[in-house]
Amino acid sequence: MTWVLGNLPLIGDLLVEHILFALIPVVIGLVLAIPLGWLANRTRIGRTIVINLSGLLYTIPSLALFVFLPAILGTSILDPINVIVALSVYTVALLVRTIADALSAVPDLVVNSATAMGYTAVRRFVGVDLPLAIPVIVAGLRVAAVSSISLVTVGSTVGFGGLGRMFTDGFQRVITAEIITGIVLVLLLALVVDTLLVQAGKALTPWERAGQGTRQGAEA
Amino acid sequence: MNYLGWLFDGANWSGPQGITQRLIEHLGYTALTMLIALAVAVPIGAWIGHRSGGGVIVTGANGLRALPTLGLLVLLVTWIGLGFTGPLIALLVLGIPPILAGTYAGIRNVDRAIVDAATGMGMRGRDVLFKVELPNALPLIIGGIRSALLQIVSTATIAAYVGLGGLGRFIFDGLAQRDFPQMIGGSILVAVLAVVLDLLFGGLQKLLVSPGLQAAPRGARRLRAVPSSRQQDPVAEAA
Repeated sequence: MTWVLGNLPLIGDLLVEHILFALIPVVIGLVLAIPLGWLANRTRIGRTIVINLSGLLYTIPSLALFVFLPAILGTSILDPINVIVALSVYTVALLVRTIADALSAVPDLVVNSATAMGYTAVRRFVGVDLPLAIPVIVAGLRVAAVSSISLVTVGSTVGFGGLGRMFTDGFQRVITAEIITGIVLVLLLALVVDTLLVQAGKALTPWERAGQGTRQGAEA
Repeated sequence: MNYLGWLFDGANWSGPQGITQRLIEHLGYTALTMLIALAVAVPIGAWIGHRSGGGVIVTGANGLRALPTLGLLVLLVTWIGLGFTGPLIALLVLGIPPILAGTYAGIRNVDRAIVDAATGMGMRGRDVLFKVELPNALPLIIGGIRSALLQIVSTATIAAYVGLGGLGRFIFDGLAQRDFPQMIGGSILVAVLAVVLDLLFGGLQKLLVSPGLQAAPRGARRLRAVPSSRQQDPVAEAA
């Protein structure tokens, strides 16, 4: 505890850095995964490619991905961009599949009704398909965000920042309190982000809460 | 692209610190951990699944996703000291839960009608477990094993940070010597190893699982790297 109290500013800095490293990729990944998931859901070939490629990408250990991305991107080896890109890749790999599954689970009846009401393809996707897919997308996002928060720490072994610094520093200087604080903070951060995502998902899908008088959207 | 020069230089492949030696070390750590994890997790998972009760295990295994591997590793090494014991415990902590959860879920998900039919035919508890439940649960069990394998291969890489051998050495030694081609070569080797091992187990799954169950591999895929959603609460248990 004394270690924590004596190092609050450092902990704060690392925490902020960690949040940026972990969550920017999740946002980028989500933005990229929506159109890709849509594509994968439309064609059989697209689906096969997406499922196999995302499985393959997810197989690559994070440390390896952090380190060999520079060879592909041409960035410098300790450029933070590498971590952002690597974690975005994982998020896309995870979410594309989730989104494709979620979209294919939207009932045909609802899709046909929307078409019959005069929705264009794009408007229907944004206004009908996507909202109905939110619960499943949120579930995928929770897994992606929690993994991302945990994976950022691995980057500290090759010099990237974030809460993982407390592991490398605590290890080198043998400060057990620092390591434990780091583990607790990572778990807490994951818990907070996970809870926020659940709440956001609930706020975005009022029709999921039956019997509260707020049924206005499509009922699946 | 001269980053790849190190990897294709034959001189780096031999000797006590060469690629071949590091690869053998990496495979050795992985194999040892997998054997212990299998010996612990499969019987316990099968027993709990067979006896029913204990869904805590599955959610607990998912909660581990939030636990930072590196933190666990350095903490154990700080407590226990350098050597293989600390990393081995860390690898087991990461490797056992997916296999346990896969075995448990596999057995629980066997169609009750099949189990009833087996009992109706006069099979006893033991026969039901070995001849009916386990073969039917195999896709999910192997799914759990593949998931554990990936965790162990990637964590064994990080274990080089606390002084172990294995392919991770190239990444950390390369970093210390500012030898980036070595770092990148090492990371490519790790990635290829993970992909090849996963493909091997995917093939094994096709060979071992009864053709009658092959039509529905979805459940199995879900349980590996990316357990899909719905009923899981990744962090609640962990924190």
